[in-house]
Amino acid sequence: MTTIIERPDLIGPEEPAGPGGHGPVEHRADDDGHHAGPSGIVNWLTSTDHKVIGKSYMITSLVVFFIAGVMALVIRAQLASPTSSLVGFQTYNELFTMHGSLMLYLFAGPFAFGGLANYIVPLQVGAPDMAFPRLNALSYWLYLGGSTMMISSFVVAGGAASYGWTAYAPLSNATNSPGAGADLWLLSLGLTGFSAIFTGVNLAATIFYLRAPGMTMFRVPIFSWNMLVTAILILIAFPVLFGAVVLLFCDRHFGTHIFSVQGGGVPVLWQNLFWFFGHPEVYILALPYFGMVTDILPVFSRKPLFGYKGMVFATMSIAALSTGVWAHHMFTTGVVLLPFFSLLSYLIAVPTGIKFFNWIGTMWGGQLSFQTPMLFSVGFLFAFLMGGVTGVLLASPPVDFMTHNTYFVVAHFHQVLIGTTVFAGFAGFYFWYPKMFGRMLNERLGKLHFWTMFIGFWITFIPQYLLGLDGMPRRIADYLPSNGWTTLNVVSTVGAFILGASFLFFFANLWVSWRSPVAAGDNPWDGGALEWCTSSPPPHHNFTHLPPIRSERPTWDYNHPEHRKVHRAGEEPVPDKETVHAGVNS
Amino acid sequence: MRVDGLFLVGLGIFFAIIGIVYWVFSYEDGGFLMLMGSALLGILPGSYYLWWARHMKPQPDDDPDASVAEGAGTVDSFPGSSIWPFILGAGAFFATLTFVFGLWMAPIAAALILSAAIGVTVESRRGGAV
Repeated sequence: MTTIIERPDLIGPEEPAGPGGHGPVEHRADDDGHHAGPSGIVNWLTSTDHKVIGKSYMITSLVVFFIAGVMALVIRAQLASPTSSLVGFQTYNELFTMHGSLMLYLFAGPFAFGGLANYIVPLQVGAPDMAFPRLNALSYWLYLGGSTMMISSFVVAGGAASYGWTAYAPLSNATNSPGAGADLWLLSLGLTGFSAIFTGVNLAATIFYLRAPGMTMFRVPIFSWNMLVTAILILIAFPVLFGAVVLLFCDRHFGTHIFSVQGGGVPVLWQNLFWFFGHPEVYILALPYFGMVTDILPVFSRKPLFGYKGMVFATMSIAALSTGVWAHHMFTTGVVLLPFFSLLSYLIAVPTGIKFFNWIGTMWGGQLSFQTPMLFSVGFLFAFLMGGVTGVLLASPPVDFMTHNTYFVVAHFHQVLIGTTVFAGFAGFYFWYPKMFGRMLNERLGKLHFWTMFIGFWITFIPQYLLGLDGMPRRIADYLPSNGWTTLNVVSTVGAFILGASFLFFFANLWVSWRSPVAAGDNPWDGGALEWCTSSPPPHHNFTHLPPIRSERPTWDYNHPEHRKVHRAGEEPVPDKETVHAGVNS
Repeated sequence: MRVDGLFLVGLGIFFAIIGIVYWVFSYEDGGFLMLMGSALLGILPGSYYLWWARHMKPQPDDDPDASVAEGAGTVDSFPGSSIWPFILGAGAFFATLTFVFGLWMAPIAAALILSAAIGVTVESRRGGAV
């Protein structure tokens, strides 16, 4: 059944229905349950509603996250003692390969652009659904197929892929990595790559074409802006990955010699292609989470965002620069243009610094309240700052020559990626969970989750910086007692298990909220963006009416009419068009 | 529309500039071509948007003073629930597995993909303009 959405449905009352703090709640009786489709598994299989697809994406990617997290714990347990034999060397290689692949390809990206963005972006721009609902459903099924394929590669003969998540040639060719596991890994990337491309197209089209009246581009909330920029990066990066994967597959099976020296090919070409995808991919993983934090900080600081346009341009310049820095992962190959890549990599610190400045400016002088989403956001600021500063160090070729392929790099990118995808990701999860399920998460358990995770995080990764400076290479399955790395590795492993244990509080929290729900109301945090003016969870096609959109915080303006317009001194307030045309809305 | 177009064209021009700088200093083909591809990815759709921004009447979502009533009319038509994305996804899954486990999977994949293609088309015709 096709539903044609007409906008007259969406004209709501002029003034807030009740006192501030809760959104305009006046659902028309015939809208509730009017579009109730199938339920249960049939609904999951057939729904094209962005909210159902977004939740499916989120649940699948969290399952992947926990599988990959358990792998990380096995890796840390193996490294806790020298000459350990907890797992065999081949298994160890498979574990770190799959840990990286699952986390990067199947959790971090899909959780943001498939899960939260799918759910939140149409709500934030005032759209009834994503622009292409069936394409949206298709990208979820491709993602689920790709995830199944990659995880199930453990059970095929020869085991899973074991060449690291970067699959460098010639290690990944048919001679060095035979077996179906490596093929399944490549093909899974093909499927999930298409899933990401389709989602990127969908997000860009939704933000370009389905904005509500008055929602100009420079009023779109920063989370949606960041998702637009992420979508553009996806469209740049993932086709390159798909091309590279196809070429590698041809090398493995069809006798081409694109990445092998014997046939006149160039192995470094794989690195060029892979990192042309891989570095934008890092920002595909980071930008959505920057957006979440940027939406959360103003709400819990009780202030508008400091420097809205600065944020937008900083995001754009991070995206633009990130496409020109791929070879800083290849400094030690000796065949790349060091000054060019080093300079552009340093330049990324400038827009990132602007973001930090604006985040701090947003909190400065605000009435801060440290509820769970805010705690996770501040935790993100600390974690990402440390990861970012060590990233600036690594952008310098001489430092990179010394630390390349050591645990210093491992610690750096784990701090960046856990800072963004886990701290900011859970900030977003705790922030929007009431909107998605209509019930609150427990504050006390949420804070316990945060503090155990935050402490475990630092205990895990600070020793790894020191290990890296001491020369411990990455991807080794054991080391000798005489290396002197034992103590720091034990500390790191203890930290990793604290980090892992923190998720028990998360599960407890979900269970508590499931068993004894506390109703959230439409706007539990007094948020300002458009998603907080509809019910929780939103009705089919999202809005029964829209408030007038006059700033980047339409719901705030609506709920707090005393602050509706900020005037410069000496200016007369301009009457709203709504007030003039009030008769239309009867 | 205009802001969207400028955003894309701006990104494209930036990629073109760093692509040319990169080529002048390195003579490396792969990166140069990929940067030029990225430049086109920004410039082609961006200039299309800019062309439309000049030729279509102003949209309420670009008007900072638009009222909700100004957006009246058909927003879009959205398909309801549909099994065909799942069938197409399953077809793609089996088509991909064909490369690993052999051609015997190809008929299954082809059947799923064809039925999904027909199914979506019929569904769209029956449901009106999509």
